[in-house]
Amino acid sequence: MDPAAVPRLKPGVRFRFDRARDAWVLLAPERLFMPDEIAVEVLKLVDGTRSAALIVDELALAFKAPREVIEADVMAMLEDLCGKGALSA
Amino acid sequence: MLAAPIALIAEITHRCPLSCGYCSNPLELERASAELDTASWARVFGEAADLGVLHLHLTGGEPMSRRDLPSLVRSASETGLYTNLITSGVTLDDAALAGLIDAGIDHIQLSFQDSLAGSADMIAGYRGGHARKLAAAARITAAGLPLTANFVVHRRNLDRIGEILALGEDLAASRIEIAHVQYHGWALRNRAALMPTLAQLEAATNAVQAARERLKGRTVIDYVIPDYYGTRPKACMGGWGQRIINVSPSGLAMPCHAATSLPDLTFPSVREVSLAQIWAGSEAFRRFRAPAFAPESCRGCDRLEIDWGGCRCQAHALTGDAARADPVCVLSPDHHLVVEALHAPGRDEVIARSMTGHG
Repeated sequence: MDPAAVPRLKPGVRFRFDRARDAWVLLAPERLFMPDEIAVEVLKLVDGTRSAALIVDELALAFKAPREVIEADVMAMLEDLCGKGALSA
Repeated sequence: MLAAPIALIAEITHRCPLSCGYCSNPLELERASAELDTASWARVFGEAADLGVLHLHLTGGEPMSRRDLPSLVRSASETGLYTNLITSGVTLDDAALAGLIDAGIDHIQLSFQDSLAGSADMIAGYRGGHARKLAAAARITAAGLPLTANFVVHRRNLDRIGEILALGEDLAASRIEIAHVQYHGWALRNRAALMPTLAQLEAATNAVQAARERLKGRTVIDYVIPDYYGTRPKACMGGWGQRIINVSPSGLAMPCHAATSLPDLTFPSVREVSLAQIWAGSEAFRRFRAPAFAPESCRGCDRLEIDWGGCRCQAHALTGDAARADPVCVLSPDHHLVVEALHAPGRDEVIARSMTGHG
């Protein structure tokens, strides 16, 4: 993924907290994703205005982790969610 | 601990203007006068959301046959449920779509019977239906709503799989579903006329694979192969009573929409019992629920927790005993029944669905 690309939820995809499971869920047509803790933090920043690079910056700051460590994980995760049809960029 | 259900399939009516020969609804359809009213459905949606249901599938019959559909969508949407409308689209005009969008619909799935209008209309028994569906699909995508194009495939249309996939792509569907007919309900009557040949099936599977590669990241393609050609059964609805609650038009709750075909099972009514009680405590949901239940010949099998012995309705339809292993499995003692059905001579005539249910 291009760091300058702006990932967003595809139309028809919703990211919300489910009280019954006490967990965040990503809902798409006939698809249910149960994002892990890291994916949840990434998805909370996917708002259609932040670029992938900015998401990496903010997470590096929030988790006090080296940017290059976080970058590979975040990019792979965003690409995976694009491939599954949950995000577009 | 029993996990919460993921999806509620609300069959809000059995009424339908189409008469597809592969209809998987039961032979005996429920009457309009027996249907749950608007307020009852709204209460059921609330109970579902509280129980942990995430996806609501509004289906039928033709759900748009209900005039209160927008109000049903609104009440579901307000509870946080993800609302999916499964429709033929033949009555989805501008006003109807605007009403659904205003009510908060998340996604619409349109069914198509073929890529060729003449054949599609013949299969559906509805003249001009295909053209109406194309128009409905264009309306949906123009409104920015995600669209699933669902194609039901079988011997009569499978040779056009390439054109069918291309149509799905032309419609700008975000998801294409290529669903082979499953032989439940009315469809079982037409098995000999609809079962694809092995050559057709293989060509279709290859075409779907190629399209998946080509459309990766743009369009999700779901592909459901006909059970009879499988060597292992599918987990029935993700496991009996594990993931899904199906509610019939009159309010009967069941683990799968074909379950009324099973004898000596009594289904609780949402008019009388809450969904939470039905899910956890009803005999109908517990009868074939793993791990307490497993078909006798499946015990000890290392695939038991993958498919749970397959489909109860198929086991019953083919062997007469719903507790046996799904005969689709090559390890089932009844697998010869499936092999015989595949080798049975094909029939030319398809018996159209009749709304009285008596054919």
